[in-house]
Amino acid sequence: MTVLLAVARRLSTVVVLLALWEAAPRLGLVDRTFLPPFSEVVAAWWELLVGGRLAGDVRASLTRSLSGFGLAVAIAVPSGLLIGWYRPLADLLNPLLELFRNTAALALLPVFVLLLGIGETSKVAIVCYACTWPILLNTISAVRDVDPTLLRLARSMDLPPHRLFRKVILPAAVPTVFTGIRIAGAVSILVLVAAEMVGAKAGLGFLVSSAQYNFAVPQMYAGIVTISIIGLVFNQALVALERRFTSWKASG
Amino acid sequence: MTAHLSLRGVTKKFRVRDRRTRRPAELTAVEGVDLDVAAGEFLVVVGPSGCGKSTLLDLFGGLTAPTSGRILVDGAPVTGPGLDRGMVFQQYALLPWRTAQGNVEFGLEATRVPRRERAGIAREFLDLVGLTGFEDRHPHELSGGMRQRVAIARSLAYDPGVLLMDEPFAALDAQTRESLQDELLRIWQRTGKTVVFVTHGIEEAVYLGGRVAVLTSRPGRVKRVVPIDLGARADVADLRSSPEFARHRHEIWTLLHDEVVRAQRLTGVSG
Ligand SMILES: Nc1ncnc2c1ncn2[C@@H]1O[C@H](COP(=O)(O)OP(=O)(O)OP(=O)(O)O)[C@@H](O)[C@H]1O
Ligand SMILES: [Mg+2]
Repeated sequence: MTVLLAVARRLSTVVVLLALWEAAPRLGLVDRTFLPPFSEVVAAWWELLVGGRLAGDVRASLTRSLSGFGLAVAIAVPSGLLIGWYRPLADLLNPLLELFRNTAALALLPVFVLLLGIGETSKVAIVCYACTWPILLNTISAVRDVDPTLLRLARSMDLPPHRLFRKVILPAAVPTVFTGIRIAGAVSILVLVAAEMVGAKAGLGFLVSSAQYNFAVPQMYAGIVTISIIGLVFNQALVALERRFTSWKASG
Repeated sequence: MTAHLSLRGVTKKFRVRDRRTRRPAELTAVEGVDLDVAAGEFLVVVGPSGCGKSTLLDLFGGLTAPTSGRILVDGAPVTGPGLDRGMVFQQYALLPWRTAQGNVEFGLEATRVPRRERAGIAREFLDLVGLTGFEDRHPHELSGGMRQRVAIARSLAYDPGVLLMDEPFAALDAQTRESLQDELLRIWQRTGKTVVFVTHGIEEAVYLGGRVAVLTSRPGRVKRVVPIDLGARADVADLRSSPEFARHRHEIWTLLHDEVVRAQRLTGVSG
């Protein structure tokens, strides 16, 4: 019961927002052509779902963003550990990393399309590219910022490098690495949707942009709502995973 | 008495950058230090801030090499760190992702102790430092005093002959510090370790030390080694208020005070 109440309290602002969304067009506060009441959006969403279109678009988007994200994790975590571990390598690569980190991934979208076409490859590639930087940079600084007293301790115990890495550096780096992964999770959806809006034949970004093009406004909002729900669920899943791996930080 | 640890004419210089001229310069942290620590002795090192106390411990620990001079453990030159010397740091240096038990086992994992026996030994040492019942706590769930107890248990667990302690109680409140001092003395008597203990506290030095080495201000040299004799400890209820204690305290205070004044005069001239 108390759990239900707590959930209700946390959702109350969302409920208020949705109520406003429902009421404003009906009361004529906004033009309902551009912002239809929430219930109409829900109806449009239901139609898309029953018609099977939504499932196809969700599947297309999830496949792309999860592949790009997964690839980025697989590439960026090991390379980040390596770069952070070998200080000369980090110093050498630093200017390059700064340059890439400060180049907006979406600005490179045309380049990806030029090189890889508008098919799946370019979309997975741009997601992977965009996700790589937050994970890579966080992993590098995670390794470099390990508590120096822990390193002194390890050295005083004459721990060989591989043990130092496995028993001290790796576990110490986990929280910061996860911060990068969580940021990358949000980035993966953001970049993918933008890429799908530019050129695609399926996917949620395509759903939104084509609905706008055809002036199917409720469908457009249905697509947007779906994107934010997926983003929310993905983030929650990553947070839960992070908690599992860093349970020693929380009480208990 | 055989010398367990020896410093023979040890000098340590650091390469630094001069603050004003920005040119590379040399900073002499300790200079020409001769010091013998007997097996099973409790030696305390005091000295003005920045005089090279931590550097001295690092030299004993093999974490840094001397610029000149020799460092011997049981007559053999020190070539690097080793499990025959355990270090205890002011900042505890506990692995936050491991429990108290796990932290003590971390010390054992560096040794040849078989995996099966580690848990038992770790529990034993946690018990020795009075932490039975806290095995499963993570460092953030322990008080500062308890954390330092875990760190001490970890160093004891891999059974080094020497404990090198760098202001281990400096971050603790007075009550906790006093109880840990007693605890440490008890453990020292039971285990017969050789202890080199660095502190800022004169009272702490007199209370713990068999001898107290007073260093000069930078570059650190041994100004004097003061033997401490407080009589039979068990007979006195409040050792810290005994006349012997006061006499030793005053002696070391005077030695230190001269150095602090000298250090201030030196920085006054150069700055
Ligand atoms: N790695 C280093 N590089 C350059 N200078 C150093 C280094 N380590 C220590 N020093 C310098 O050597 C001197 C002695 O340092 P040390 O830390 O041994 O002093 P300390 O007596 O332990 O000081 P405190 O009482 O503040 O702990 C200081 O002036 C310090 O700045
Ligand atoms: Mg120091």
